[in-house]
Amino acid sequence: MSSLKTLAKSAARNGRPAPELIFGDLWEYDPAPETADPKLKARYDLFINGQFVAPKLGKYFDSINPATEQKLAEIALAGPADVDAAYVAAQRAQENVWGPMSGRERAKYLFRIARLLQDRAREFAVAETMDGGKPIKESRDFDIPMAAAHFFYHAGWADKLEYVAPGRRVAPLGVVGQVIPWNFPLLMCAWKLAPALAMGNCVVLKPAETTSITALKLAEIIADAGLPPGVVNFVTGAGETGAAVMNHPIPAKIAFTGSTEVGKSIMRSVAGTDKKMTMELGGKAANIIFDDAPLDQAVEGIINGIFFNQGHVCCAGSRLLVHEPVAARVIAKLKQRLKVLRVGDPLDKNTDVGAINSKEQLAKITALVASGVKEGAEMYQAPCKLPAKGWYFRPTIFSSVTMSHRIAREEIFGPVLSILTFRTLDEAVEKANNTAYGLSAGVWTDKGSRILKMSTELKAGVVWANTYNKFDPTSPFGGYKESGFGREGGRQGLLDYCKLV
Amino acid sequence: MSRLPITKTPKVYVGGAFIRSESSRVFPLADAAGNFFANIPQCTRKDLRNAVEAAAKAGPGWAKRTAYNRGQILYRLGEMLEARASELGDALRLGGASKAAAAKEVTASVDRLIYYAGWADKYEQVLGNVNPVAAPYFNFTVTEPMGIVGVIAPDEAPLLALLSLVVPAITSGNTVVALASSAQPYPAIVLGELLATSDLPGSVVNLLTGFRKELVPTFATHTHLRAISAVANADERKALALGAADSVKRTRLLKAEVRTDWFADAAQSLYAIRDYVEFKTIWHPIGA
Repeated sequence: MSSLKTLAKSAARNGRPAPELIFGDLWEYDPAPETADPKLKARYDLFINGQFVAPKLGKYFDSINPATEQKLAEIALAGPADVDAAYVAAQRAQENVWGPMSGRERAKYLFRIARLLQDRAREFAVAETMDGGKPIKESRDFDIPMAAAHFFYHAGWADKLEYVAPGRRVAPLGVVGQVIPWNFPLLMCAWKLAPALAMGNCVVLKPAETTSITALKLAEIIADAGLPPGVVNFVTGAGETGAAVMNHPIPAKIAFTGSTEVGKSIMRSVAGTDKKMTMELGGKAANIIFDDAPLDQAVEGIINGIFFNQGHVCCAGSRLLVHEPVAARVIAKLKQRLKVLRVGDPLDKNTDVGAINSKEQLAKITALVASGVKEGAEMYQAPCKLPAKGWYFRPTIFSSVTMSHRIAREEIFGPVLSILTFRTLDEAVEKANNTAYGLSAGVWTDKGSRILKMSTELKAGVVWANTYNKFDPTSPFGGYKESGFGREGGRQGLLDYCKLV
Repeated sequence: MSRLPITKTPKVYVGGAFIRSESSRVFPLADAAGNFFANIPQCTRKDLRNAVEAAAKAGPGWAKRTAYNRGQILYRLGEMLEARASELGDALRLGGASKAAAAKEVTASVDRLIYYAGWADKYEQVLGNVNPVAAPYFNFTVTEPMGIVGVIAPDEAPLLALLSLVVPAITSGNTVVALASSAQPYPAIVLGELLATSDLPGSVVNLLTGFRKELVPTFATHTHLRAISAVANADERKALALGAADSVKRTRLLKAEVRTDWFADAAQSLYAIRDYVEFKTIWHPIGA
């Protein structure tokens, strides 16, 4: 033990990485699958006015398990008439029931939803992992508990709204249309629903077409909680359904989480209307490592920053900016760490990196990685075995990346890290901010004043200092620049769901 | 013997200097009686772009001023206005305002400045906060200015409305490029002269005169403008919103067809400051 330590110390002195422990194939991990029953239905209908109803055109589409490419369930395809019915129900509920209801009573419904979700957490975690491909340890320990926490947090606001905007009284906006992405299906549902409902709005929400199941399972909970019909309505489908949700005349506000490209097209489509908007769009976050940073912790932060949820994270730390004096050491440590990442069956409790959400996303990641190689960046991929079936991508890091490379500018939304270096603090700031995005950033250093300096200079809505990818219902989340506007979570997020009167 | 008075050649205050339009174009302004008063610069898209460039240079410095200092500077600007109340009143009377109405608008404008001057070192305490996250992290939310705000002022209350749009934006450290009323541009010309003698750094506020039709499209699409604050008609609102989509610009568009009472207390608000700040949330572990 002591000799290993001495070795590590002398290696560190020489600027070399510590010796690695290579187990090779000596000890394979036994499979440790999560076996809780996700209680899936063969077919999911729309949830409108408190009822599960078949789509008017009678069309359904398949929801595929990305880990196995097998069909999980059929999902109703909502057409314009279904979206209209959902909005009519929402408006009626808002005007007659939910809007006039006292905040104290609204709160109780939201508390109930939080509790019922906690009761069925494991079942939801398995469903989320099967539908979206994320590792069970993430859906179990992060997505589902955090979704419940969002309902619990916002429930308590419903009867305290006079504290949201000091000096002013607030009132609900009315009906809100919401469209959410596939990377955190249930959690995004909770982020969108909880503040809207606490404030007295009613909602028409469209989940992403590849990940509708947990939203429709949440509809079961909403029904069980006795939420008045029409307060929450789910319409499922792809882009056309989303456009119908965004362009309908009833909603006073639309809230969107997704790509910057789609966000811009939504902004264009509602130009000239009085609709309020919250846009939570893409990112290309810089995760900045200074030479005085605790490197082992930083490496864990880098790994978590980019490989959490297969990198399907808008705030992923996809650009690593390393201080030149420690660049070689950090890259060596990262490569070592990549070797022990377990990629594979998302339902396995040991899995670190699961399946890519869809075939289309896998193709997009593959194309961007190819561009990285072509433009001259140096690629390293984890030497792991990938399952024969399903959509997977090897954790990948690129070094020798320059600012002009596509992999340094475009959002990859996959397990791909682009590494750049810097010499001075000013250069780090310049490179970090040299992007149209501004959602998040990370800083790793032991120096307190430098953390405060960096967190002031970085143009990003969330700055993680000596940590990364942390979320909380009390903590506002949202971007600068082309990463969108409005906040979700906290007091600031709540204010975006009301009008001042 | 009668003396021929020296008339003023109006210039706009852009980039901390008094300029004519780069195009050399002007438009005639008549007084309330319909007599020629002066030629006003007819600013162009190029003037707007130059103003944005100037505002961009001034931005970081202004944002780094302490909140106390920004408050003092706004207060001093209020002092400047108060001291030149009669000149501003005359400027407003050119547009036909009665002496009493002009005086009322000037005093309301001074009061508006004093209102926001007082907010400069307080809004952060009301809008930001510490968040009790469920993990060992210190987590807090602060505000930051957005950058350059484009302002398009209405014709009514040409001094008070202009200031009511500009001042909340600069209170938090934004810089502004504003288009004054086309019908009554002269109060903005005088305001520029007061800005120049105040302690407000040059280029923090840039005032253009000219025509909406020419300038609205550039306000809409200029990607360095991070937000637009405008009183606009339906067509202009649509154009501004469409242009804003290209760079995910923030917009705060008041309807020209709905009368705004600029004198009311409701026309000044902490939430007008909030409309031009970004919220930044910072996490740090709590440990040894």
